[in-house]
Amino acid sequence: MVLASEITPTVELIGITKAYPGVVANSDIHLTLLPGEVHSLLGENGAGKSTLIGILSGMVQPDAGEIRINGKTVRIHSPRDALERGIGTVYQHSLLVPTLTVLDNLLLGVDQGWKLGREMAMARLHELATLLDVEIDPSSIVGDLALGQRQQVEIVRALWRGEGVLILDEPTSMLTPQGAEKLVQVVRRLVSKGLAVVFITHKLSEALDLGDRVTVLRRGKIVGEVTPDELHNKSRLQVTDEVLKMIFGEKSDASQGTSATQLSDTAGETFRVDHVSVKGDGPHPVLDEVSFALKRGEILGIAGIDGNGQKELAEVLAGQRRVDNGEIILEDLSIQHLSIAARQAKGLRYVTDDRHGEGMVGPLSIALNVVLKRVGEAPFWRWSFVRHGAIREFARKLINDHDVRTPHEEVAISTLSGGNMQKVILARELALAPQVVVYNKPTYGLDARTTAIVLARIADQARAGVTTVFISTELSEIVAICHRVAVMYRGQLSEPISVRPGIELQLGALMTGSTAV
Amino acid sequence: MNGLFSELFISSLVSGGVIAGIPLIYAGLGEAISERAGVLNVGLEGMMLGGAYGGFVGALHFQSTWFGLMCGGLTGMVISLLMVVLCVRLNSNQIVVGIAITLGAEGVTALLHGAIYGDSYPRVPTAHPYAIPLLSEIPIIGPGFFNHHVSAYFAVACVFFVSWVLKSTGIGLSIKAAGDQPHALEAAGGGVHRTRTIAVLSTGLLAGLGGAFIVLVGAGLFVPFVTNGKGFIAIVLAMLVRGRVKWIIVASVLFGMSLSLTTALQLAGVDVPIDLVLMLPFVLIIVVLFAFGRRSYLPAALALPYDREQR
Amino acid sequence: MSAPHDGTTVALAEHKSQTESRLERVSRSMTNALIPVVGAFIIGGLLLAVLGRNPFAFYGNVIDHGLIGSLGRQETLIRMAPLLLIAAGLMIAFPAGIWNLGTDGQYVMGGVIVAALGPELAPHVSGFVLFTILFIAGFVVAAIWSLIPAILKAWYGINEIISTLMLTFIGLRFSAFLVKEYFYDRETTVPQTRVLAVADRLPRMFSSRVHIGLIVGLVAVIAVHFVMRNTAFGLRLRIVGMNPKAAIHAGMNMKVLTLAIFTLSAGFAGLAAAVNISGVDGVVRAEWNPAVGLLVVPLVFLARFHAASVIVFIAAFAVFKVGGESASRKADIPNFMVLFMVGLLLIFMALGEYMQLRSSRKHQS
Repeated sequence: MVLASEITPTVELIGITKAYPGVVANSDIHLTLLPGEVHSLLGENGAGKSTLIGILSGMVQPDAGEIRINGKTVRIHSPRDALERGIGTVYQHSLLVPTLTVLDNLLLGVDQGWKLGREMAMARLHELATLLDVEIDPSSIVGDLALGQRQQVEIVRALWRGEGVLILDEPTSMLTPQGAEKLVQVVRRLVSKGLAVVFITHKLSEALDLGDRVTVLRRGKIVGEVTPDELHNKSRLQVTDEVLKMIFGEKSDASQGTSATQLSDTAGETFRVDHVSVKGDGPHPVLDEVSFALKRGEILGIAGIDGNGQKELAEVLAGQRRVDNGEIILEDLSIQHLSIAARQAKGLRYVTDDRHGEGMVGPLSIALNVVLKRVGEAPFWRWSFVRHGAIREFARKLINDHDVRTPHEEVAISTLSGGNMQKVILARELALAPQVVVYNKPTYGLDARTTAIVLARIADQARAGVTTVFISTELSEIVAICHRVAVMYRGQLSEPISVRPGIELQLGALMTGSTAV
Repeated sequence: MNGLFSELFISSLVSGGVIAGIPLIYAGLGEAISERAGVLNVGLEGMMLGGAYGGFVGALHFQSTWFGLMCGGLTGMVISLLMVVLCVRLNSNQIVVGIAITLGAEGVTALLHGAIYGDSYPRVPTAHPYAIPLLSEIPIIGPGFFNHHVSAYFAVACVFFVSWVLKSTGIGLSIKAAGDQPHALEAAGGGVHRTRTIAVLSTGLLAGLGGAFIVLVGAGLFVPFVTNGKGFIAIVLAMLVRGRVKWIIVASVLFGMSLSLTTALQLAGVDVPIDLVLMLPFVLIIVVLFAFGRRSYLPAALALPYDREQR
Repeated sequence: MSAPHDGTTVALAEHKSQTESRLERVSRSMTNALIPVVGAFIIGGLLLAVLGRNPFAFYGNVIDHGLIGSLGRQETLIRMAPLLLIAAGLMIAFPAGIWNLGTDGQYVMGGVIVAALGPELAPHVSGFVLFTILFIAGFVVAAIWSLIPAILKAWYGINEIISTLMLTFIGLRFSAFLVKEYFYDRETTVPQTRVLAVADRLPRMFSSRVHIGLIVGLVAVIAVHFVMRNTAFGLRLRIVGMNPKAAIHAGMNMKVLTLAIFTLSAGFAGLAAAVNISGVDGVVRAEWNPAVGLLVVPLVFLARFHAASVIVFIAAFAVFKVGGESASRKADIPNFMVLFMVGLLLIFMALGEYMQLRSSRKHQS
């Protein structure tokens, strides 16, 4: 083993600080990236990981601090600058142009001359594909590729102008367990060739599995590091415990919270989905004969990789998408032809995964967002005239009940943090006697503590008799709170099975469409 | 209906259609570039009008059609600079600024023209047509299509050039990316603002040329509001053909013909209410929009300002 | 397509409302509105100077003939009536995110029907009944005309900017066609409708030429303001404007709301025409194109959809329009100064918006 001090670090960050209005995103960050090493950067949402990547990749300019590349002090002015210095980034959300071919995406921004050098690019692509040991068709349209393939294209692009540092931002969040496996192989290959890899994640197990070195960020500061020696010599349990302390401060409690309670055998069936199909634009149906039935108080988990029809299923249940075939039955009543509003009146609620996009109206106050789905209804409106007093009182009660952190209820909801926004949305949907609640990725983007609170609330509601459909891509959440689980794959829903320990592998297989385990 | 299929009718329809269609080609091509780069340029009418007036003044001053066209293109470009500063750099609302440019250009050109040339109504030097050998001798349609001022052929050449640029050059790729996924362009090391600036300036240049063509080759003199909604038609044409730039030529000439239908019908002695015929091109636009113009045709980031640090 | 007011601006406004007193807010919004106006006047003045005209004399004449002189002042008040009604319609459409740029076409279509109907009905019914019928006719015809872009938008997702602009061109031609073919007065040589007798026009107020249309306009603007801010319907429209996806998610019927927005907005434009024709014009000529709708657009934005500000800006605009006509005649320039100034106003507004946003960002950090 070589001592760290003997090799020149590929990148050194010294005292990096960046502040935004109201928050210090990065405060005095010192970070060293060594060649041939995978450096895991671990932290909750809002810990400052994204800002740090932004600074490394030239998207964000730091307020203070120094960056050294191969021992020389540099300034990274733009993404282009970063790429030319051999720092490439694969972002969490795909940054490829879906309408262009793979090759054109790789040429984008590189070749500012008149004529594109497509032949040279082909050669370079071949070279990098060999380095990664993957196959990439240069002429396919990016929008048609599977997510794993897109990510390979992104890695190729990140290395296009020089192989120095590869930054991977939450690279596994969109992948199947099997796709993640392939990614690990690619990363291992790259570090064996002497690259430095930065691996950003909020999942502890991944950080420890893949990283040679782990650095933990909290509230914009580095709060601890696990060196390669420590990773080797200490037991996994010991390291996990230490890191959890770093992430959450001394009291590390957020791990296992709730688990599903026993369903009473006498509970009757309340919600049934019967052979529901939706055609969609492409050749394949978006939803293909989806069926399930739920008892009162039951939580059905719906697992699957993003984009296999979960969102469409949620929208069909809520009434935001038209059903082509099949039936949805709530308390013996066919509801598939009812409007969104009518389904709400029957006690069906939908917690959307798209908080900012459709879940709230950003510029409006919390109070008005709380009654967003009841505009015009008594007691908040009378003879169609608004009654601010009634609305504010209702909002104050919900804010209190759900522990929303805000100065008062007249604040624009867009000024709240993500966690508090989600609490407001939950409060809205769970108020006034829900019968069936459909959750679509309700913990997406929340930190561990808020996630635990949200999951506990969902379980509590179920215990009180609310029937629940819980869509999530996080298997751990499903295992924690659901009674049964089914997997969506290409618009089809598998037969629901009871949740038991160690079910994850079986679900992983279903998520990729392989039936046998 | 005796004269409807006469040679005179057809050749005047074709010739008029080309004269009315060329400005649409210029402006529609310009708008197509902007739209691909993610900028909805509602100020196109204003840029055309500016180009029309600039071209008129230039042609009078230098007594040359070509200098006039150059001045027209430059004027359009200068006006588009406003759009660059406000919409590309300062992220103002593209639609409000577009309307502002159109209203302002309508006002200032009418005002300047009235104050300076209002008494004399001078005419610009005649733009002499150039008949393409052989092609212009095709019976009936030959003279209509192939006997025009060289700047008409230049418009077609511009379309092919832009089509090649979009397909085979780096700047072309950047323009497409700036409209579909600007963050991807930035992440790849390209400049969204720079790309959009180039796109909008090209739009101004082409719209200015189109406006100047109306005055210098088509009408022969400037009158207030001479573009008469052509800028708006060009916006729709660009939306309809996007991605397939070469279709601008076909679409423009077809619309040009529907614009020139009144004259042709009068020549043919057919008696239909003139207002209904003048309505036709605009009705056609609505019908075409209805038939083809669904939302999916527009680039994802159209009319959205780009802020690097905000995602 | 971005909504007329993007979220940031509104958020800014709502944010400010918590920290500022009412007085501060009013004075701030007045200064924010004043800066573009001053800017437009300066650039406009420069253009006049370039043309060899004295800008001070020009602006002086504008005030003289539009505001100070009694005849001019009456004319200003008369002109305000239809402008206020058009503005009332836009105060519905813009906060709801609908770019109705076709008010000119809607105005003309409503106007033509009213002008044709008025002289026919006048001998049979009189006074209140006549005006009620004419107002309803103008409103309904314009509303029906707007169903075309409304349906294209609600069912087929077709951008209303293009469709409403195109429909203005179509409406102008179609109304000319109607006048020439069906509604023309056989006793005149120019193609125009029959004239509504002066005795049958809207009653006048304060022993002046100003008719009660002004009251109708003022009431409309204030009523729209109240409805948009205090009723469930108004909130629904604002939600559609701020975040249409949230409106769908909340179970609002987007198709019905879109139809309502278009028809109401256009209806007010038709009502504007009805008021103006039964109040002053009494007749429609074939090539009639008042072309004021697009000019009202920036005023409504500048006023941030607030009734009091809308009334102030419309009044100022009318002064400039009426005074500008005389001033242009005196300065021997064509009467297009207003058009240019409104364009400038919009550009300065866009600049002002940017400055405001930037200063508030600085203020926060």
